[in-house]
Amino acid sequence: MALLQISEPGQTTAPHQHKLAVGIDLGTTNSLVASLKSGLAETIADEDGHHLLPSVVQFLGKNDDSYQTDVGHQAQQNAANDSLNTIFSVKRYMGRGLEDIKKHSIYNFVTEKDSAVPRIRTIAGDVSAIEVSAEILKKLKQRAVDALGGDLTGAVITVPAYFDDAQRQATKDAAKLAGLNVLRLINEPTAAAVAYGLDSGSEGIHVIYDLGGGTFDISILKLTKGVFEVLATAGDSALGGDDLDHAITDWILAEAQINDPDAALLRTILDAARQAKETLSEQDSATLTIELANGNIWQNELSLSQFEKLIKPLIRKTLVPCRRTLRDANIEADDIQDVVMVGGSTRVPLVRQMVGEFFATEPLVNIDPDKVVAIGAARQADVLVGNKSDEDMLLLDVTPLSLGLETMGGLAEKVIHRNTTIPVARAQDFTTFKDGQTAMAIHVVQGERELISDCRSLARFELRGIPPMVAGAARIRVTFQIDADGLLSVSAKEETSGVESRIQVKPSYGLSDGEIESMLKDSFSYAQDDIDARKLREEQVEAERVVEALQAALLEDGEALLSAEEQAAIRQAIDELIEISKGSEQRAIKLKIESVDKITAEFAQRRMDASINKTLAGQKVNELNQ
Amino acid sequence: MAITLTDAAAEHVVRFIDNRGKGEALRLGVKTNGCSGMGYVLEFADTVDEDDKVFEDKGVKIIVDPKSLLYIDGTELDYGREGLNEGFKFNNPNVKDACGCGESFNV
Repeated sequence: MALLQISEPGQTTAPHQHKLAVGIDLGTTNSLVASLKSGLAETIADEDGHHLLPSVVQFLGKNDDSYQTDVGHQAQQNAANDSLNTIFSVKRYMGRGLEDIKKHSIYNFVTEKDSAVPRIRTIAGDVSAIEVSAEILKKLKQRAVDALGGDLTGAVITVPAYFDDAQRQATKDAAKLAGLNVLRLINEPTAAAVAYGLDSGSEGIHVIYDLGGGTFDISILKLTKGVFEVLATAGDSALGGDDLDHAITDWILAEAQINDPDAALLRTILDAARQAKETLSEQDSATLTIELANGNIWQNELSLSQFEKLIKPLIRKTLVPCRRTLRDANIEADDIQDVVMVGGSTRVPLVRQMVGEFFATEPLVNIDPDKVVAIGAARQADVLVGNKSDEDMLLLDVTPLSLGLETMGGLAEKVIHRNTTIPVARAQDFTTFKDGQTAMAIHVVQGERELISDCRSLARFELRGIPPMVAGAARIRVTFQIDADGLLSVSAKEETSGVESRIQVKPSYGLSDGEIESMLKDSFSYAQDDIDARKLREEQVEAERVVEALQAALLEDGEALLSAEEQAAIRQAIDELIEISKGSEQRAIKLKIESVDKITAEFAQRRMDASINKTLAGQKVNELNQ
Repeated sequence: MAITLTDAAAEHVVRFIDNRGKGEALRLGVKTNGCSGMGYVLEFADTVDEDDKVFEDKGVKIIVDPKSLLYIDGTELDYGREGLNEGFKFNNPNVKDACGCGESFNV
């Protein structure tokens, strides 16, 4: 049984057509994917419960056209042993030329003659930053598909506000390579603001303070009429949480009087420092225990006030770009409505305190600062694929009544349900009912009732030139499309031959609100009648199909396989079935179909044998065994 | 007959409605569509129509339109997990056959 989520009113999709959308925070150090489930935006964890995916890709080899890679924690662990094939911080190289990136990189960059895109030489071949990013996105996509139980309709991916066109295009290309449909790229600070619902709040100026692992960004956004405008951004691409760890590490080295630690010891101390930092976000002191190279244990206490003294200069450094952006945006600290905290390092109480004092506003911290960008992107994605109710999409219109077409037996098959926001396009596949059928009449109707006679007829057109095939073999795709102006166009296309036909109608033409309401009311008050009518019609259609098939079979093989009496018996059964199916007793028709089935079982068996004989005739046994 | 919820379903519905911040009921129903006849509707409800039937179980208000009720009366809404995925399930006694995944069904 499939698992369902709660939709907004009127937004339930047809089975297997859920509009699954995700938000992706493609970060320098870590990446995340989030989505809305039953209205709740949450980041998606992997099998081990990790929400953050380290943005690290280790190339192992190449398989045909695809790379063999490890992405995330596994790659991170292997990095020390395979540093040239393990790519960290690929985001720094996105959309950049060779000159820009060569300076601060350990990787072997190469450029091909006919390409301006620098590539990193790895064991799997030369890979571009776009390809590396695509590996990260693929991993996140797979996680989302597993967790949401279906293919993704689209994704919103966040990029830094300062990303230029080339960097944005590179991000889009990476997504395409990963098989993601990019609904939109949005700025990271905008996503953070959306996560806090600031887009639906009052208009004003919002500051996004983003202190990540290795980078610092400050953005000033102005919201007007639901649109975020970036007034100014600044930052420091070499300042982040890692620097806080280094400050503690330096203190430990000094306190423990370690002069030249080897790489292993330094790593141990760094880990201890990071742990102490995290502890000090919640407690007043942290205990540090480190095993030295000579086997001795060094232990010391780091108090909160000592820690704050160590990191204060670093946090003060972030306030310099803050001041600059305010000046660039030409605003005063008093003009600011909210300050949104993004990035794991903003958990440090001193950061919150100093930022709050600087902007004279209590910063917003209720959403996990590591996840806030992905959550905002997920919210935006959900709106863009159309999972929100009408009131959240004021600019869009809805169809007042369902639109569909007539199927065999005078039943209405709905293609676009009422209250669907427009513009919209929906397709459904139909097939032929009779052997050799070369044309199909398409009758477009509007209404909520089950029978065509109770719905409103909008248009009729024909699809001709279907190649003759057995019943049920043709694939006719009927597409209903309503544009933003409310114009409905219906097209029908036979998939194997490509023949196509279309018509345009205005669906709401001539219907008053009162008529729409009474059509809706009828669909409720006649519900039981409609169900019975539907069942009866379905049974009648089934009877008709059985009759058709039998008559065709008799014509083809009747003489050859059946005696005169047998033929007569089957003909009589067919006549009886035709007679009964004219009546209104659904059960009687059903029983008759079953009895006809029994009478003709022998005939079916003989036809099967005959056709097998025909296929096998003239073939040698050893040919068949192959 | 009525519509009921398991404890797990009730707990999650309450949480989701709480998070949404508006509306206080859940709408259940069916739509004629899908590969095996009918598909389920599971939505937040902001309004109750005149013809709607209203049930209450474990503190959750459940709204069903009269047409849908014919197909889902007696249903118990459950909440479960399959691998990484989790969500709601309809335990519907009216179902005669369903498509492979159970997303659409026949009565």
